[in-house]
Amino acid sequence: MSRTEIGGRPPLRYYLSKILFAGIVLIACSWILLPIVISALYAFSTPKDFYSPKEVIPLHYTFANIKELLDLGAARATMNSVIVACMTVVFSFILGLPAGYAFARFAFKGKDSLKLLIIGLRMFPMLVIAVPLVTLYIRLGLNDTLLGVALAHTTMALPFVILITSSIFVSVPIELEEAAFVFGLDRTQTFLRITLPLALPGLTAAAIFTFIMSWNEVFMAAVLTLTNRTLPAFILTSAMAAPDFIKFAASFIMILPALIFVFIARKYLISMWGITIR
Amino acid sequence: MNSSDQNRKSFSIIERYLPYFLIAPALSYLLFFIGYPLTQGIILAFTDSRGHFTLAHINYLLYSPQSLFYAALKNTLMLAAVIIPIQVMIALGLSLLLSSSFVGRDLALYIVIIPLTISDVAGGLIWYSMLSTNGFFNKFLMAAGLIHSPIHFFGYQYRAMEFLAIVLAEVWRATAIVFVIIFAGLQMISREYIEAAEVFGASTWVKLRHIIFPMLKPSLQSALLIRTLFAFQVFGVVMVLAGRDIPVLAGEAYYEQTELYHYGVAALYAIIIAAISVIIGYIYIKMFKAQYIREVGAG
Amino acid sequence: MVDVRLVGLVKRFGKTVALRGIDLDVRDGEFVVLLGPSGCGKTTTLRIVAGLEKPDEGHVFFGDREVTYLPPKDRNVSMVFQSYAVWPHMKVKDNIAFPLRIRKVPEDEVQRRVKWAAELLQIETLLERYPHQLSGGQRQRVAVARAIVIEPDVLLMDEPLSNLDALLRVKMRSELKKLQRRIGVTTIYVTHDQVEAMTMGDRIAVMNAGKIMQVGTPEDIYLRPANIFVGGFVGSPQMNFFDATVTEKDGKLILEGPGFSIPLMEDQVSVLKDYVGKTVIAGIRPEHMFPKDLAPPKLKGVEITGDIDFVEALGSDTIIHLRVGEKILVIKVSGSHHYKIGSKLTVVFDLSKLHVFRKDSGEAII
Repeated sequence: MSRTEIGGRPPLRYYLSKILFAGIVLIACSWILLPIVISALYAFSTPKDFYSPKEVIPLHYTFANIKELLDLGAARATMNSVIVACMTVVFSFILGLPAGYAFARFAFKGKDSLKLLIIGLRMFPMLVIAVPLVTLYIRLGLNDTLLGVALAHTTMALPFVILITSSIFVSVPIELEEAAFVFGLDRTQTFLRITLPLALPGLTAAAIFTFIMSWNEVFMAAVLTLTNRTLPAFILTSAMAAPDFIKFAASFIMILPALIFVFIARKYLISMWGITIR
Repeated sequence: MNSSDQNRKSFSIIERYLPYFLIAPALSYLLFFIGYPLTQGIILAFTDSRGHFTLAHINYLLYSPQSLFYAALKNTLMLAAVIIPIQVMIALGLSLLLSSSFVGRDLALYIVIIPLTISDVAGGLIWYSMLSTNGFFNKFLMAAGLIHSPIHFFGYQYRAMEFLAIVLAEVWRATAIVFVIIFAGLQMISREYIEAAEVFGASTWVKLRHIIFPMLKPSLQSALLIRTLFAFQVFGVVMVLAGRDIPVLAGEAYYEQTELYHYGVAALYAIIIAAISVIIGYIYIKMFKAQYIREVGAG
Repeated sequence: MVDVRLVGLVKRFGKTVALRGIDLDVRDGEFVVLLGPSGCGKTTTLRIVAGLEKPDEGHVFFGDREVTYLPPKDRNVSMVFQSYAVWPHMKVKDNIAFPLRIRKVPEDEVQRRVKWAAELLQIETLLERYPHQLSGGQRQRVAVARAIVIEPDVLLMDEPLSNLDALLRVKMRSELKKLQRRIGVTTIYVTHDQVEAMTMGDRIAVMNAGKIMQVGTPEDIYLRPANIFVGGFVGSPQMNFFDATVTEKDGKLILEGPGFSIPLMEDQVSVLKDYVGKTVIAGIRPEHMFPKDLAPPKLKGVEITGDIDFVEALGSDTIIHLRVGEKILVIKVSGSHHYKIGSKLTVVFDLSKLHVFRKDSGEAII
C-alpha cells in the first residue's frame, strides 16, 4: 500500500506546473497589454507629467494633446483615412465577392490554377506598385487624390477579399442552396435570399478586416499623396516633428478604431487570419 | 421538346461561363494594377528623363556614395534574421500553451492577437512611448533606483539601441501573425493523436518531438515564409523609430522617391523587393501545391 | 494484468456534472462494457481510467495501487480511440512500434513484438504503408495492434467500431472479443450500441446521466433489469411500459392496466402485496408476447385482444403494433408472417417475463 501515496494525492508538481502555467499566460498578456495601456495613458498625459522623470504613470490627464494633433491636420487626415478605407471596402467587395462566390460554388476549367494565382498574388508585396503608379496617376489626374489611394489599396485587399469570401461561401452548406433550387428559385434569387443572409456575419467581419487593412497602410498612402494625407501618412510625414506626447496621441487615434472593430469581430479574427495567411 | 432542349443548352452555357464572368473583373483589375506598375517600373528603372535606355540608375544604386543600398539590404536581412526566429519560438510556445483549455483562455487568446490589427506605424509609436528618454521603461527603472540616467534608445549615435528597439517593436507587433498560423495548425491536429501518444507513455518532450512537430511542419513552414515575405517590406516601424539611421529597402525606396525624386532608383528598389518576394513566393507555392496534392491524396 | 477499481468518481466540467459518483470493479482479465446513451459519462469514465482526465472526487485503483493523479505514462494502459488516432506521419510499423520505443525496449525485441501484433491482427502486409493508404478497417486494426503490443495492464477502447460500416463491425466484434480472450488483458470498452455490449462484454455497466444504473452479465441486464432505464435502454424494440394499479379482487392480486388486467403468479403476489392500491409501472418485452396461434403450448399467460395498427416486416422478424384501448403494444414475432392492418388479434403474454417497477424511483420490484 505504500505506493498508494504516490498516485492518491495530486503531487506538488501538479500544483507547481499549474502556477507556472498561469504565470506564463499572465506574462504573455501583460507583454501585449502594457505598451498599449502606457502609450494610451501618455497620449492623455499633461506635458509636465510626461517630462517629469518621477511620474512613471502620469497623474494629470488632458485632452489637449489630442486636440492639438487634430488641429495640426490629423482631423482631416482621419477623415481622409475613413473615406479611403470605405472606398477600398466597397471596391474590393464589388470586385471580390463575385469571384469568391465563383471559387466557392463552381467547378470549372482552370479553377485550381486561378486560385493558386490569387494565393500567389496575396503574397505579392503590393507596396512596390505605389512607386511606378505615381507616373500613371499624374497622367490620369489621380495623383494626390483619395480615389488614387483607394484604388491602390483595393489592389492590396482584393486577393484577401476573394479568398475570405470564398471560404465564407464554402461554409454555407450547399444543400441549403440546392433546396432553394428545388423549390424553384434561380441562382440569383438563391444567392440573394439564402446564401447572402447566411454569409452576412462572416462578410461583415471580412469588411471590417478590409477596412483595417486600408486604415493601417502607410507606404502607398505616403507615396501617392502630398496634401491629401491619410492618417498614417500624415503621422509619418508631419507628426514625427511634433513633441513626443503628440506622437502618442497620434498612435492612440490610430489604434482606437482597430481595437473597437476587432472587439466586434473577434469571433472571426483567428479564422480570418488563418484563411488569409495560410 | 425542341425549345426545352434549347433552354437547357443556353442554361448550361450560362452555367459554364458564369464563373469566368464572376472572376474576370477582379482578375483584370489585379492584373492591370500589378502588371502595369511592374512594366512601368522596369521602364522607369532603365530609361532617363527623355526615354532613352540608361544604366545610370543602376550605377547610382550600386556605386553612388549617396546610395545606401548595401546598408539597406544588410539591415533588412539582419532584422529578418534576428526577428523571425524569436517570433517563431514565442509563437510556438504560446500556441502550445493556449491550446490547452483553462479558465480565461478566450480572453488570453483575444489579448494575444490584438497586435494583429495594430499598424507598423502605431506599433513603432507605442514602443517609442515605452523606450524614449522620458518613456515608461526609463522612468520605471529610475524610479526603482536601478539606473540613474536614462538609457538612450534613439538617435544616430545609438544605432545599436535603435536596432534593438525595432526588434522589440516588431516582435511585439508581428508575432501575433506567426502565432495565428501556428495556432490554427495546432487546432487542426486532432486531440486524439496527442492523447494517444500520452496514453502510450510519451513524455511532454516525446509528444512535442515525435507527434506535434511533425504534424505541425506545414504550418511552421508557411509561418516562416510569410514572415520572411513581410520582413522584406519592413517600413513603418523603422521610419518611426530610427528614420534613416537604419536604412531598409522599402525605406530607401520611399526616400529616393519622395525626397530625392529619383524615380528610376525608387523603381529599382521596388523591382528588387518584388523579385525577392516572387522568389520566396515561388518556393511557397511549390510547397503549398505539394501539400495540397498530399491532402487530396490522403482524403 | 491487473484489476481496476473505481471508487466514487465525480467529474464536473464547468457547471455540468459529467459523473455523479461512479463505483465499479473490473476483475483481472475481464471484459467490461460501459454502455449508455451519448452524454452519459461513459467516455469521461474511460478517460479518467486512462489518466487523460483527473476526477474532481474519487479514486482509481489498479490492483492495490492508487493511480488517480498519475499521468497516463505511469499507468501502463493502452487505448483504442474512436478516430483510431493512427499518426498520419508514421508508417504502420512505426505506429505500432511507438509505444515500445518510448519504453526503451531493445530494437530486436521491438521488431519481434511488432511482428507478433501484426500477425495477430493480420496486417503483416501493411507494415510499410502510411495510414492514408489504408482503409478505415485496416486503420482500426493498426490501432488495436498498437494498443496490445505493449501488453498493457488495462486495455481501453472508446467506441472503436463506431466508424466502421455495418458488415465490418459485426466481423470485428467477434474478432476483438476472441483477441481479448486470447491475450487475457483486462479490458474496458465504451459503446452506445447494445448489441456490441451484449455480444462482447463479460459484464456490462449500463450508465445514464453520470451514474451507473446496473452492472451485470448480459443475461442479468436483459432478464433482470434493475430499473426502468435499463429495461428500456437494452432490448430492441423497446420494452412495452404501462401504468398499472395493484388491486385485490376476490382475495387475489391483479394488475389493473389500461384496458386489460393481469392476474399475478404466486411469487409475484408475495412481492407485490405491499403495493396494493398503488400505481406501478409494468413492463413486458415485445419478444415475450405471442399471437395466440404461435404461443408455446405450455405458456402460462394472459390474453389481450386489440386492433393491429401497423406491421413492420423485417424478414427474420415481424413487429406488430397492437392498439389496446389507448395504449400501443409492440410485439415481436420471429419469422415472417402476414397480418392485416385493422384486423383484430389476440396475443398471449408470458406472465413469468413480466417486469414491475416502482413509479417513483423507477427501481425494479420484480
